Amino acid sequence: MTAIVTVKNLTRRFDVSKPWLNRVIERLPKRKLVAVSDVSFEIEEGTTYALVGESGSGKSTIGKMLVGLLDPSEGAVEIEGVNLDTETDRARIDKVRSDIQMIFQDPYASLNPRWKVRDIIAEPVAARGGKTQGLAERLLKQVGLSADDAGKFPHEFSGGQRQRICIARALASEPKFIVCDEPTSALDVSVQAQVLNLMSDLKDDYGLTYLFISHDLTVVSHMADTVGVLYLGRLVEEAAPGDLNARPAHPYTQMLLEAAPQLDGFGREVDPPKGEIPDPINPPPGCAYNPRCPFVVDRCREERPQLRPFGTGRVACHRAEEVVARMEKAS
Amino acid sequence: MTDAVLSVRDLVVEIPTRHAVLKPVDGVSFDIAPGEILGVVGESGAGKSMTGNAVIGLLDRPAHISGGEILLKGQRIDNLPYARMRKLRGAEIGMVFQDPLTSLNPLLTIGDQLSETMIEHLGISQAEARKRAIAALDEVGIPGAADRIDSYPHEFSGGMRQRVVIALALCAEPSLVIADEPTTALDVSVQAQIIALLRRLCRERDTSVMLITHDMGVIAETADRVAVVYAGRLAELGPVAEVLGRPRHPYTEGLMGSTPAASAGRARLHQIPGSMPRLGHLPPGCPFHPRCPKAQDDCRADPAPTLAACNGRAACWHPVNSPESEAAE
Repeated sequence: MTAIVTVKNLTRRFDVSKPWLNRVIERLPKRKLVAVSDVSFEIEEGTTYALVGESGSGKSTIGKMLVGLLDPSEGAVEIEGVNLDTETDRARIDKVRSDIQMIFQDPYASLNPRWKVRDIIAEPVAARGGKTQGLAERLLKQVGLSADDAGKFPHEFSGGQRQRICIARALASEPKFIVCDEPTSALDVSVQAQVLNLMSDLKDDYGLTYLFISHDLTVVSHMADTVGVLYLGRLVEEAAPGDLNARPAHPYTQMLLEAAPQLDGFGREVDPPKGEIPDPINPPPGCAYNPRCPFVVDRCREERPQLRPFGTGRVACHRAEEVVARMEKAS
Repeated sequence: MTDAVLSVRDLVVEIPTRHAVLKPVDGVSFDIAPGEILGVVGESGAGKSMTGNAVIGLLDRPAHISGGEILLKGQRIDNLPYARMRKLRGAEIGMVFQDPLTSLNPLLTIGDQLSETMIEHLGISQAEARKRAIAALDEVGIPGAADRIDSYPHEFSGGMRQRVVIALALCAEPSLVIADEPTTALDVSVQAQIIALLRRLCRERDTSVMLITHDMGVIAETADRVAVVYAGRLAELGPVAEVLGRPRHPYTEGLMGSTPAASAGRARLHQIPGSMPRLGHLPPGCPFHPRCPKAQDDCRADPAPTLAACNGRAACWHPVNSPESEAAE
C-alpha cells in the first residue's frame, strides 16, 4: 500500500489582531490563533481516513489545506508525491489538482442556485476543456437520481438529493482523492444512512480515497479505516476505529466516547465531562488537554507530548500506558 | 390519566395556503406525567417543533390550532386569550430553544433577563430577584455566578449560554419545560453536560419535560417515554426501552437501523427508501406506506392507522416485533 496523501508537520496560524490603528492607539500586540499545530499523518490509497473533533479543533482547516483552499503556515502537504505549494511544473500541478475533489457540509450553500444541475455537475470537466456530453446524466444515475433531473435547478431537490448532486459533481473529473467535510451533518438520519451507503459503494466502485471530516464518532467509526482525533488543532490519537472504541489511549478520546449518547443507554447516568475547550489564542502550556484531564501530572503542564506509536496506532499522551491500564481495570 | 401535567388530545394544527390546507400536526394525543421526560423524536418536517409551539401558544400565523384540546393540569389552555396565555408562558411552561444566542436578548445582561422573568411571574422585589438570579446561575453550573450576572449573552460560550437559557426557563418554577433541540447546536462533550443538567434539575423540582430532538441517542439516555412522529402523526408511543429496543412501527425500526452505532463497525446501514412525503402530497392511508417494506393493501387505503385504533402503542396495521407477529412466525 502506498500513501496517496502525506501531511508533514502541518501548522496553520490565523491573524486575529485588531486593525493596526487600534493596535497603535491601544498599544495592543498582534494576536495569532493557531488553528492547526504540527499535525502529521498519511492516507493510504483506497482507504478512508477520518478526522474527528469538536468545533474549533481544526478539522475543517486541515481539509481546506489538503485541497489547496488555504495555504499552510508551516509544514507540507504532498499528494501523490507532489507538494502543490512548491511544485513548479504546471503539468504535474494540473494532473494532481484534477485528482482532488471536495464535498461540503451544506448542500444548500454549495450549489449555485442559478445553474442547472447538468452545468453544475459538468463544470469540473468543462473548466478543463473536457467532453461533457451525457456526463451529468450518467453520474446522476450513478448517485441514485434520474437522468431527467439534469435539466432542473437545485431548489427543486431535497437536502439529501442535493448532497447526491454534490457527490456527482465531485466524481465528474474522475478524482482519486475526495475530501468530505461533514457531508451528512445537515441531513436527517434516514437520509444520512442513504448518503453514507452511497459513499461506501462509490469508494469500492472507483477505488477512491476519502478524507472524512466529522464531529460524530459513530459516523466516523462506521466509515473510516483509520481515525485521527483532533483537539485544539493537535492530533492526539490515531487508530483503527475498532481499536479506538475498544481501547482509547488518550483521555480526551475516552471522554468523547463516554459522552456520546448511546442508542441502548436507557437511563444511563453519565458523569458529564468537565470544563470546556480552552481559548485557542492562548492555549494552555504543555498538553492542550491538561486543564480537563483526570490523569494530569506536572509534566503534562510543561512538556507538549509528541505523537508516538502506541499499540496498533499512535497517541500523544505522556501517560497513555496508565490511562489504558486504569480503563481495563475498571471494566 | 387525570393527574397528568400536560394532556394533548387529538391536536390538529392547520396552515391554510392558496392551494390547500396543510396539516403539519394531525391528530396527536399524548400525556406527560409529573416529573416525566417525554421524548418527541422525528425527522425534519415531521411536526415535532410545531407540536411544541402549539402547546406553548407560539404558532406563527397563519398556522393555528384547528382541533383537539391541550390541558395543563386539567385546565384547557389552547383557547386562552393572548394576555392569559402570556401569563402562563414562563410561569407554568418554560421553554428552551435550539439556538441559545437567538433566545437571549443581546441588549440586556443575563441578570436583567432572569430578574425580569421572576419579577413578572413571581411578583418579588428587584433585590430579591437579583439574589435568586445569582442562585439560579449557580445552580446551572456557571462558575462565579455573582460576577457573571452583569455580563451580556455574547460574553458566554455556547454551552454556558444554553445553561443561562435553562436557568431562565426554570427560574419561575414552571411545572412543564419544553426543550426544542436543546443540544443540537452544541458539541458532544457540552451536550452531555447540558443533558445531565436538565435531568438533574427536573428531577429535583419534579418538573415535566417535553424533549424535542432528532437524536435517537439523546432520547435513549434521557427520556422516560418516547413519541415517534412521522408526517404530523404519532407513529409510535411508549416507554423508551420498549420503543427503541423493540420497535413495533416499521418507521421506528428503520430509524434505529439507519442510525450508525459505534459498536456495529463497518456493517452496511439499513436504508429507508425515499424521503418523507411533502405535506400537500400525503398518500392515502398510512403516510409511511410508500416507504414501508411491509405495506399491504389495507395500508394504502383510508382510514389511516392511528394509535387509538391499534392498541395504543404503534399506529400500524401490521406491526413488527409484536406478540402476534412473532407468534405468526
